[in-house]
Amino acid sequence: MAGLAGRMSTVVKAKVSKLLDRAEDPGETLDYSYQKQVEQLQNVKKGIADVVTAKKRLQMQESSLQQSLVKLDTQARQALSQNNEDLARAALERKNVAQTELQSLDTQVSELEDQQQKLTDSEKQLRAKIEAFRTKKEVIKAQYSAAEAQVRISEAATGVGEQMADVGLAMQRAVDKTENMRARADAVQELEAAGTFDDVTQLGSGEDDIDKQLKQLSSQSQVDDDLAKMKAELGQAPSEASAAQISSASGEGQGAPESGQA
Amino acid sequence: MIVRISGEGQFELDDEESPRLDELENAVVGAVEACDEDAYEQAFTALLDFVRATGDAVPEDQLEGSDVILPPADTSLKEAAADFSGEGLIPD
Repeated sequence: MAGLAGRMSTVVKAKVSKLLDRAEDPGETLDYSYQKQVEQLQNVKKGIADVVTAKKRLQMQESSLQQSLVKLDTQARQALSQNNEDLARAALERKNVAQTELQSLDTQVSELEDQQQKLTDSEKQLRAKIEAFRTKKEVIKAQYSAAEAQVRISEAATGVGEQMADVGLAMQRAVDKTENMRARADAVQELEAAGTFDDVTQLGSGEDDIDKQLKQLSSQSQVDDDLAKMKAELGQAPSEASAAQISSASGEGQGAPESGQA
Repeated sequence: MIVRISGEGQFELDDEESPRLDELENAVVGAVEACDEDAYEQAFTALLDFVRATGDAVPEDQLEGSDVILPPADTSLKEAAADFSGEGLIPD
């Protein structure tokens, strides 16, 4: 076997063998081995369901953020038409944060979709192997003496076992990714709970804590751009400072800044 | 020889492709050891593409163990490095 496998696959193969040893005690009866395969298949199905649940949660947050976006945009316009620039700015700052969160959620949702697809493919492969194993097991039992059958079925079990180990690996990766997303979803929920995307008209006069934090969170230039554009749309004369913003923002002012997600 | 790309499937390669496979794998290992992100991406993609292009997909109902197992296509340099140091990917 020398020279057959490079160093990378040697490492991975050794680990998969280890996983196999753990998954399949050689002393296990063959029927029990089949039962374990079916169990693994159930696990994959559960893994897929978990990914789908996580994805749905993120999608619900997306739609709630979408609503906040519309609401905050409307409020900014209203505030501006009443010449309340501070309030308009506060609304736009919130909108800016919501937009950044929304973009990051988008990325996460598509990553989870990826994971879902991979697990679904793995499940299909495993099911095919288990089915083949079940058939082959019966054929071998019928054709060979007990001792010989044991050997041949063990060989076939290796093929399924490797697939089981591989599915286990795919599930572990999906779980890790889903957990990362859960942390992300929790962070957005905290922002929501803190009133970050709330109605700005509920604000009293002056800056509250949220506003101070928002100023740090949101991109000031994006807010300036949005404000200048909104003024132009409302037919208000831009202030000197924001006149420059309009010309620079007129191209594409929609893109929120890149979210600094890991 | 049968090569598995983890998370993707098995491919049947001609035995005489073995030296080329070794060469491609060693390039990946070299990039991991040098912590060179670009070289790693390039070498790992080249390795997987070689297996996909040169090998024939093994039918799903075929029950054979693989001679070579490669990590999943989305393995990051960090994961690969952890793997070589005995952690990550599959815990010991």
